Amino acid sequence: MAIKKIGTQTVKFDSPPIITGTSSTVGPKEGEGPLSQYFDVILKDDLYGEKSWELAESKMLRETAKLAVENANRKLSDMEYMFSGDLLNQLMSASFAARDLAIPFFGLYGACSTMTQSLSLGAMIIDGGYADNLIALTSSHFSSAERQFRFPLEHGNQRKLTAQWTVTGAGAAVVSSLGDGPQIDYVTTGKVVDLGIKDINNMGAAMAPAAADTIVKHFEDTGLPTNYYDLILTGDLGQIGKEITEELVLDKGYNILKNYNDCGLLIFDNGAQDTHAGGSGCGCSATVFCGYIYKEMMKRNLNKILLISTGALMSVTSSQQGESIPGIAHAVSIINQGS
Amino acid sequence: MDYIKAFVIGGLICVIGQLLMDGTKLTPAHILVAFVTSGAILGALGIYEPIVEFGGTGATIPLTGFGYSLAKGAIDSVKKAGILGAFTGGIESTAGGVAAAVVFGYIMAVIFNPKSKK
Amino acid sequence: MKKQITRISKEKEYEEYVNKKVPKPAYLKNSLWAFLVGGIICTIAQFILNILRNSGLNKTDANTVTVIIMVFLGAFLTGLGIYDKITQKAGAGAIVPISGFANSIVSPAMEFKREGYVLGIGAKLFSVAGPVLVYGFGSSVILGLLYYFFTR
Repeated sequence: MAIKKIGTQTVKFDSPPIITGTSSTVGPKEGEGPLSQYFDVILKDDLYGEKSWELAESKMLRETAKLAVENANRKLSDMEYMFSGDLLNQLMSASFAARDLAIPFFGLYGACSTMTQSLSLGAMIIDGGYADNLIALTSSHFSSAERQFRFPLEHGNQRKLTAQWTVTGAGAAVVSSLGDGPQIDYVTTGKVVDLGIKDINNMGAAMAPAAADTIVKHFEDTGLPTNYYDLILTGDLGQIGKEITEELVLDKGYNILKNYNDCGLLIFDNGAQDTHAGGSGCGCSATVFCGYIYKEMMKRNLNKILLISTGALMSVTSSQQGESIPGIAHAVSIINQGS
Repeated sequence: MDYIKAFVIGGLICVIGQLLMDGTKLTPAHILVAFVTSGAILGALGIYEPIVEFGGTGATIPLTGFGYSLAKGAIDSVKKAGILGAFTGGIESTAGGVAAAVVFGYIMAVIFNPKSKK
Repeated sequence: MKKQITRISKEKEYEEYVNKKVPKPAYLKNSLWAFLVGGIICTIAQFILNILRNSGLNKTDANTVTVIIMVFLGAFLTGLGIYDKITQKAGAGAIVPISGFANSIVSPAMEFKREGYVLGIGAKLFSVAGPVLVYGFGSSVILGLLYYFFTR
C-alpha cells in the first residue's frame, strides 16, 4: 500500500527527512556573480589543478561532498548512500567521484534536474527507513559541457540571445533521519513533457512546460495555496523560460507571479556578465540551493521553499537527428522545522 | 583604392553570412559549407570572376573565394588535361591553403591549450 | 482548485507562442560589426598581397601565399585565445574569411588534445573543416565534370 502517496505524483513524508548540511563550490565566473558570498568554495582556476575539465568537475563534486558531510557534523563513513549525476556521458564526474568517496552509489541522469531528483530519491530512502544518512549531489562545468554539447572553447561563434551559460559548480546536501536543519515535506516527481521545441539555444522554452506541469501537479496533489511558499524556485529556465512558466501556471489557475524566481537568473548578473538568458546546468540549481537558499533558510530569512530543478533530456545524437527536446522537472518542498 | 574595394566587398560578403546566421538556425559550420559551395557554383558560372577582378582579396579571402578557386582550378585543368582535370584541378589550385591549414592547425593545437571563458 | 482548459497545448501553438517571446537578434548592429571586421580582415590580406606582388611574385603565387599567411594568422590567434573573442563580436565577419576556416580547424584539435595525438588532434582537426572540404572538393569535381561534358 502506497500510504505516503498523495494525489497522482506526490509523496508526503511521515517523518520528514532533514537536510543537515550542504556545501557548494563554484568556478571563478560564478564567484563574481551576485551570490558569491554564499558559496563555500570559489575556484580561482576552473581546471582545479587537474589535467582535464572532466577531472576538474569530478574533483569539484568529490571535494564538495566531503565539505557537505563536514558541515553536517558527520563523517564520510556515516554516508550510507550517494545519489549523484552530472551532464557528462556515462556520468563521468559522478562515477569518478564515487570511486574515490567509496560510498554505495546510485548514478542518476536527469540532465539539469539532478539536484531535486537526487534529493527526492534520497528523502524517500530516509523516510522509508532504509538509511539514516546519505548524500545527494550534482555538478556541471562550463568547459566540459560546452565541449560535449556545443563547440570547442576556442571555436569562433556568436552566442544566441536565448542561449544560457552552463554554471561551473557543484552542490551537495546531506539528508538525515535526525538532526538540525530544514526538512523535506513533499516531493512531486515530474513527467517528461515535450512541446516540440528543437532549438538547443532555447532550452528554457523547451523545459518550461515540464516545470509548469510539475508545479501545477504539486499544488493539485497537496492542496496547498501558492502563497504557502516564501519562494518557488525553478532550476535553470532563464529569462524566457521563467516568463513562459509563469504564464503556463497562471493558465492552469495558479498564480505564482509574486513568489517565483529561477536559479538561472539569480546566479549571474546577466547584463554585466554577458550570460544572455541566464545560467544553466546541474550546478545551477545545486549551487543556488546548497549555497544561497540553504544559508538563508538557516538564518530563517526564508522558511518555506519549493525547489524545482529542471532538465532538458536531449543528447547530441537526438538533436543532430532533428528530434525535439524533452523536458523534466522534479519538485521538492523544503520547510524550516517549526515554521 | 584596392584597399577600399577589398574592404567593401569583403565586408559585404561577411554581412550576407551574418544575416544568414541571425535569420536562420544555421551554425558556423553550415555557413562555411554553404559559402564554399556557392562560391564554387558562382565561379563555374563565371559570376564570381568579375567580383574577384574588382574586389581583390575582398573576394578571395572569404570562403566563397576558396570555392571559386576550387571551381576555377577544376575548369582550367579540364581545358588542359581533359576529364582527369576535373579531379585534380580544384585540389591543386587550393593545395597551398589546405596544407597550410592542416600543418599550422596541427602545430597550434600542439603548442597551445584552450582557455576557459570568462 | 478548478482545472481550466489548457489554451497552450499543441506544439504548433506553443512554437508560435515561444517565438513571440524570443528576442530578435540585433540585425543592424551585428551586420555592421560583420562588415567592419570582415572588411578589415580582407584589407589586411590585400596589404599582404600587394607587398608580395611588389616583391615580384606572380598573381597566382601571391594569392596562394596570402591565403597561407591568413590561415597562419587565424590559427595563431586561435591558439592565443583571441580569435573566438573577435568572433563573439564580429560573427560572420570573422567566420567567413579563410582565417575563420583556420579557427574551425585549430579549435577542436586543441580542445581534444587530451584524447591523444591520433584520435584527438588528428581526428578532430577536421570535425568542422572536414565538411567544408568534402563539399568544396566535391563540388569542384562535379563542376569540372559538367564543364567537360557540356562545353565540348
